[in-house]
Amino acid sequence: MNEAVMEYDELLATDSNTQQFLTFILADELYAVDILSVQEIRGWEQPTLIPNAPVYIKGVINIRGMIIPVMDLRLRFNVGNGECIATTVVIVLSVKQGGVNRTMGVVVDAVSDVVNISESALSSALPVKGVIAADKISGIINIKKKTATVLAVEMLFDFKPSIPISNDF
Amino acid sequence: MFRAAHSIKGGAATFNLIDIAGITHELEFILDFIRDGSKCLLQSDISPMLAAVDAVRKIIDMRKGGNQEPLVNQQAVIASLRAIVNSKNLGSAEVQADNYHNFAEHTQQFESNGANHTLQTGGKSEDEQLINNWEIIFIPSQNIFLTGNDPIRFIRELSELAELTVNTNIKQLPNWAFFEPEDCYLSWHIQIRGMITKSDILEVFEWIADDCQLTISPLINNEDRSINSKENKQSDERDTLLDPTEQLTRQSSQVQQLTPVKKEQSFTINTSNQSIRVNVEKIDNLFNLVGELVITQSMLYELGILFSQGNLDCIERLQSGFTQLLQNTKELQESVMRIRMVPISFIFNRFPRIVHDLANQLGKKVDLKIEGEGTELDKNVMEQLADPLVHLVRNSLDHGIEAITQRMQNNKFETGTIKLSECHRGGNIIIEVYDDGAGLNRQAILTKAETKGLIKSSEHFSDSQIFELIFEPGFSTEKAVTDVSGRGVGMDVVRKNIYSLGGNITVESEQGLFSRFQIALPLTLAILDGQLVKVGSETYVIPLNSIVESLLMIPGAIQQVSGALEVYRLRQENIPVIRLYQLLNLTAANTDLTNALLVVVEVDGNKIGLLVDDLLAQQQVVIKSLEANYDKVTGISGATILGDGTVALILDVSGLVRLVTDDHCFKPCAA
Repeated sequence: MNEAVMEYDELLATDSNTQQFLTFILADELYAVDILSVQEIRGWEQPTLIPNAPVYIKGVINIRGMIIPVMDLRLRFNVGNGECIATTVVIVLSVKQGGVNRTMGVVVDAVSDVVNISESALSSALPVKGVIAADKISGIINIKKKTATVLAVEMLFDFKPSIPISNDF
Repeated sequence: MFRAAHSIKGGAATFNLIDIAGITHELEFILDFIRDGSKCLLQSDISPMLAAVDAVRKIIDMRKGGNQEPLVNQQAVIASLRAIVNSKNLGSAEVQADNYHNFAEHTQQFESNGANHTLQTGGKSEDEQLINNWEIIFIPSQNIFLTGNDPIRFIRELSELAELTVNTNIKQLPNWAFFEPEDCYLSWHIQIRGMITKSDILEVFEWIADDCQLTISPLINNEDRSINSKENKQSDERDTLLDPTEQLTRQSSQVQQLTPVKKEQSFTINTSNQSIRVNVEKIDNLFNLVGELVITQSMLYELGILFSQGNLDCIERLQSGFTQLLQNTKELQESVMRIRMVPISFIFNRFPRIVHDLANQLGKKVDLKIEGEGTELDKNVMEQLADPLVHLVRNSLDHGIEAITQRMQNNKFETGTIKLSECHRGGNIIIEVYDDGAGLNRQAILTKAETKGLIKSSEHFSDSQIFELIFEPGFSTEKAVTDVSGRGVGMDVVRKNIYSLGGNITVESEQGLFSRFQIALPLTLAILDGQLVKVGSETYVIPLNSIVESLLMIPGAIQQVSGALEVYRLRQENIPVIRLYQLLNLTAANTDLTNALLVVVEVDGNKIGLLVDDLLAQQQVVIKSLEANYDKVTGISGATILGDGTVALILDVSGLVRLVTDDHCFKPCAA
C-alpha cells in the first residue's frame, strides 16, 4: 500500500505538466474525465423520458433552467446492468463546441477520486477494439494498481449509436 | 432622399472625405432634378445611382479600415451619374443646361483640388462676383438647437469674413408662459460690408442650409431691399435627422450587401452584438406595467404583515391580490414579448434591391410586390427567416421567372411578378413567395429523383409529394451551375431552417403558370399557450393553438378501417386516432379506446386525434431548446420546466404526424 502511494506521489513530483482527472466507476471498471469539463456532481433523479431515444439516453433534466440530456454511460459502454439506485451519481459535463457550451449529465455507479496525472503518463488507447468506439477514448492511465480509461468528453456529445441499431428490414 | 444625400455630402466634406462628397454631390443633382420635376426617373437611371450608393458604402468601409486609397471605379461611378444628368438635359431648357455646366465645373474642382475644396451650389455668374455689400436674412428653423447647431456660431463665422451689422428680430418671441427654452424664436437681419462672394456666405451656412430660411441679396443701398426669392432656400420644420424607417432600410440593405457571398453555401446565423429598435410606445407600456406590479407587490406585503399579526380574516383580499399579480405578470410577459416583435419590413425592405440587381444581372424584367410588411414577427424568427427568404426569392427570379423572349412566346406579360406577402392565420404567420414564372417541372423532378435513386419509377406520387423532393439535399434539376443557383444546396437548408423554427414550408405550382412557396411559422418562439396532458408517467405539452377540441370518446363512434387504422367519427368527420403512448414508446395507464380522452389537433388542414391518459391544466410555458444540449427529436419541438421544476416535453404536432405517415411508408417494406 505504501509503495503504491509512493509511486503515485512520484508521478506528481517529477512532472510539472500535470493534468487533473476525475475518476469514476462503471460496474468494475475505472474511467476518468478531464476535471475541467466537470461542472457538478448530482444525485440520481428520475429524468423526463425522451420518446424513441436510444436506451442509454435516460431523458432530460432541468439544471437551473437549462434542459440537459442524461446519458447512462454503463448502458452506452455496455458495462454493468444500468440499474439506477439511490447511490447512483450523475456527473454534469460541459464542453465548448463550436463557440457554444453543451452540457449533459452522465450516469455512473460512483465517483472515485481526483488524480493528478502527468501528460507523459497518458498512454494511447489499447490496440484491441472494445465495445466503446475508439474516438471516445483519448487514452489510458495507470493509477496505482488500477488502470483507468480516459474519455474524450467532446466525443461523448455524439448521441447517435456507434453501432447502427439492427432493424427488421 | 435628397435631404439624406445632402446631409451625407455635408458631413463628408466636413471631415474631408472628398471622394464621398464628390459622389453624393452628383447624386444630389439627380435627386434635385427629380424633385423639382425637371427630370423623370427612368428605369435605366436606378442602377448607376445604386452603384453610387454602393461605392460610397465601400469607401466608408475602406476608411474604417484605415485604407486611404481612392476607390478604383470612383471616376466611373461619377461619370455614369453625370451621364444621367446629361441625358436629362437633352429635352430640357437651355438655362438648365447652362446651370449644369456650372455644376460640372464645381464638381471637377471637387476632385482635383483635394483638401481646399469648396462646396458650392447655384449659378456661377452671381456667386463668384465680388460684391461690396450683402444683406442676409437668416431665419433658423424653430428646432435648430435640437440638431446640435447654434446660430451664433454661423454669425461669428460670418464676422470673420467681413464687418457685420446684425439686427436681431425678436418678434417671434412668445409670452413667457409659452416659452420653450429648447426652441429658437430669433431671426437675424445681417448686413455685411466687405468684398466677398456670395458662395463664401453660402459656405458658412452650408451646414444648416436645410434647417433655415436664408435670403442673400446684394445690398445696393438701404432703401432697396428687394428680397431675392431666387435663392430662397426651402424651409421646413422638419429636422435633418433621417426618419427611423429610412435608417432601418439602410441597415438592412447593408446587411444584404454583405451576405450574398456566403449565402450560397451555408446559412450561418450570426446573432452576436445585435441591437433592436423598440417603439417608445411599447416601452412606455412596459413602464406602466412595472408600476402596477410594484403597487401589487406593496399590497401583498402589507397583507403579509396583517397575517403575521394574526389577522386572518383578509384571505379574500389576499386572493384578489394574487389574481392581480397573475394579471400583472401576464401582461408584463406579453409586453416583454412584444418588444421582441419587429415588423417584417425589416427583411422585406431588402428585397427591392436584391430583385433589382439580380433581374438586371439575368436580363429579366421583374415587378416585385410586397404585401403585409407591417405584420410583426419575433426578432429571432425574423433573423433566421431572412436567409431562407432571400434564397426563395433568388430561386423565383432565377428558375421561376422566364427570360423575356420566352415569356412573350408563352403569351405572358414581358414583366414577371414576384409577390411577397405575409399574414396571420390562426396561431401562425404565413409568408408567401409567389412568382408567375415557369413553375416547377414535374417531369424533370421525377426523372432527376429516379436517377438519384430517391424514388422508384413505378410508384405513383401526388404533386405535393413530388414538389417535396426539391427540398432533398443535393437536388437540382438545373443543368448548369450558375453563380446564382443550381448547386442543389439551398432548398434543403431552407427547409431545415424553417423546421428548426418550428415552422413548415409547402409548395404549390402549376407548370408554366406559377409557383408558390408558403412558409408557416409560429408567432413567437419563446412562450406558448399549452395544454398539459398525461401519457403514462410523463407529462407533455400540446400547443393550444393546434388543438381543435378535447373530448371523451363515445364507444360507438370508434371504428377500425383500412387495415387496423382506428378512426373516430366526430360529427361528420372521420378522425384518425394516434395512440400517443405507442408513438412515444411509453407504457400508458389506459390503452382502451372506449371512454378515453382524445385531443383533436389540426395539422396542415388535417384533423388528427391524439389518445392521452389525462388532461391537466392549461398554462403558458416557456419554450426551452432541446437541441442546445441534445439532438433534435422528431415529434418534439422543445421542452419546458413546470412549476415543480420537472421537465415536460412539448409535442410538435406536425412532427408527430410526420412520424406516423413515415411509419406507414415503411410498414409495407418491412412486411
